[in-house]
Amino acid sequence: MSGIGTGYDLSTTTYSPDGKVFQVDYACKAVDNGGLCLGIKCKDGVVLGVEKLLPFKMLVPGSNRRIAAVDRHAGMAGTGLAPDVRQIINRARSECSGYLSFYGDRVPAQILADRMAHYLHMFTLYWSVRPFGASTLLAVKDFDGYSLYLLEPGGECQRYFGTAVGKGRQNAKNEIEKLKMAEMTCEEGVKALARIVYATHDEKDKDFECELSWICDASGGEFRRVPKALADEAIALAVAALDSDDMDQ
Amino acid sequence: GDDAGGLRPRGRAQPQPFACRKPHASSPAAGSSRQSTSQSAIMIPARVTHNQSIGPGVVPAGVDPAYDAQYRVRGPSTHCGAGRPFCVAPGPITHTQTPYVTGTTVLGCKFKGGVMIACDTLGSYGSTKRYKSLERMRRVNSTTVIGFTGELSDFTYIMTLLEEMNTNDFCEDDGKELAPWEIHSYLCRVMYNRRNKFDPLWNSLVVAGCKGGRTFLAMVGMIGQHYEDSHLAAGFGQQMARPLFREQHTDDMSEEDARTLIESCLRVCVMRDKSMINKFQIAKVTHEENSPTICEPFAVSTTWSFEKYKNPSEFAPGCW
Repeated sequence: MSGIGTGYDLSTTTYSPDGKVFQVDYACKAVDNGGLCLGIKCKDGVVLGVEKLLPFKMLVPGSNRRIAAVDRHAGMAGTGLAPDVRQIINRARSECSGYLSFYGDRVPAQILADRMAHYLHMFTLYWSVRPFGASTLLAVKDFDGYSLYLLEPGGECQRYFGTAVGKGRQNAKNEIEKLKMAEMTCEEGVKALARIVYATHDEKDKDFECELSWICDASGGEFRRVPKALADEAIALAVAALDSDDMDQ
Repeated sequence: GDDAGGLRPRGRAQPQPFACRKPHASSPAAGSSRQSTSQSAIMIPARVTHNQSIGPGVVPAGVDPAYDAQYRVRGPSTHCGAGRPFCVAPGPITHTQTPYVTGTTVLGCKFKGGVMIACDTLGSYGSTKRYKSLERMRRVNSTTVIGFTGELSDFTYIMTLLEEMNTNDFCEDDGKELAPWEIHSYLCRVMYNRRNKFDPLWNSLVVAGCKGGRTFLAMVGMIGQHYEDSHLAAGFGQQMARPLFREQHTDDMSEEDARTLIESCLRVCVMRDKSMINKFQIAKVTHEENSPTICEPFAVSTTWSFEKYKNPSEFAPGCW
């Protein structure tokens, strides 16, 4: 690993001869080491889920959340370096409240995603700062309906029907591609996400907590945690599916 | 005479009114005259004493150095405003001088199990009863309601501040919300700090709510004065309604009794306050979950058939 970008990877402001900015790539590797974070856009909303790895047994369940609302109509889930996720969420909150106090209306999805992408990109331009080691999924409801965006450390911002980042993302993306999201409701989407999180969780890793949040018609168009009853049911189904897979094998 | 609300140049002796400096005092000038032995033939017009903040008077520049010195620019004044409007001399900053669309009184009283506040739905534009369906009481969050008197636009601004705090609570998502006394405390600081900048929010606010077994009713005024009580009023109701509250209010009144008391206070207010209309709303908060309700507008019965009202111009012919 140490031989890869020798000399050209010391600073964000240096290109390598083959056109890469290694610091941004390394930031993406930090994201790849984080827990799985995935989201899907169903027909009546967007569901986000995070596999939050628990490094210590003494952690209080439900603390140190990786998913947070940035406004009533928007929320973010992130993975990678947890403090970087928090900083991105804080910035998104102030973008939302700044837009509201200036334009008098809630920030539309495209504008918020664009601003956050610019913010992340800015940290790849200067020698004195490092890029964020976190990717975030942004779920927004605006006048056009629901949308899901992925923001990456280099400043890329793409709109998705469904995507995953972090550990096990390739398997998760394969599973997501099999889902018929345009016909699923968000309740079904929650169950599908929980199943994917549990299925792709690596046994070697420690304990994890599955955080689920959604913004959909059932939540009144507001970004909220999935109600406990539904979340528990989804997790129970996911665990059962895992056990039955084990038994099949 | 002396100028009204006199702004004197700081550190200077009061400017003396003086008449012409011509040797002969043939033309008496405004104000007192002063004997002069000078043989100078310069004709200096009489200085009219007036509020110096409205600018130099009739003395041309360069004629009287002492007079000019009063209006010398005192250097860059980054923070100092223009004093009163249409002024040349700096003075204390004055922004909001007068409210435009105003609400009149808000009444509030506690009862057993909750608190209710009441007001009419009028937005006056001076003495014109201009907006007759104004919501002067709003729900803040699931435990609090707020009512205002005074300038509508300032209250709209206060509601945006409170909405921002609600959004922060929502994003934090820890199951906690601002309590009524926390909102009241926040508004006290906002009002007081605005008053310190000589730019007040021209409102008296009544904050009412119930949380955690505690019933709360308090008011904040435009200069930051605030108090908490079992019954209170903002605006004209302080004179009209509070005496009735003092006589008849008890903390453990039933809700129906409290409502009857409030309606009788509203009747007194609407019959005495010329900037009030007979269209009221009552906001009620109890200890149940998510309880603030603001009822539909209603009217109270009023009676004008007093003997002395029957022929009011009987002893004043010519009026109607």
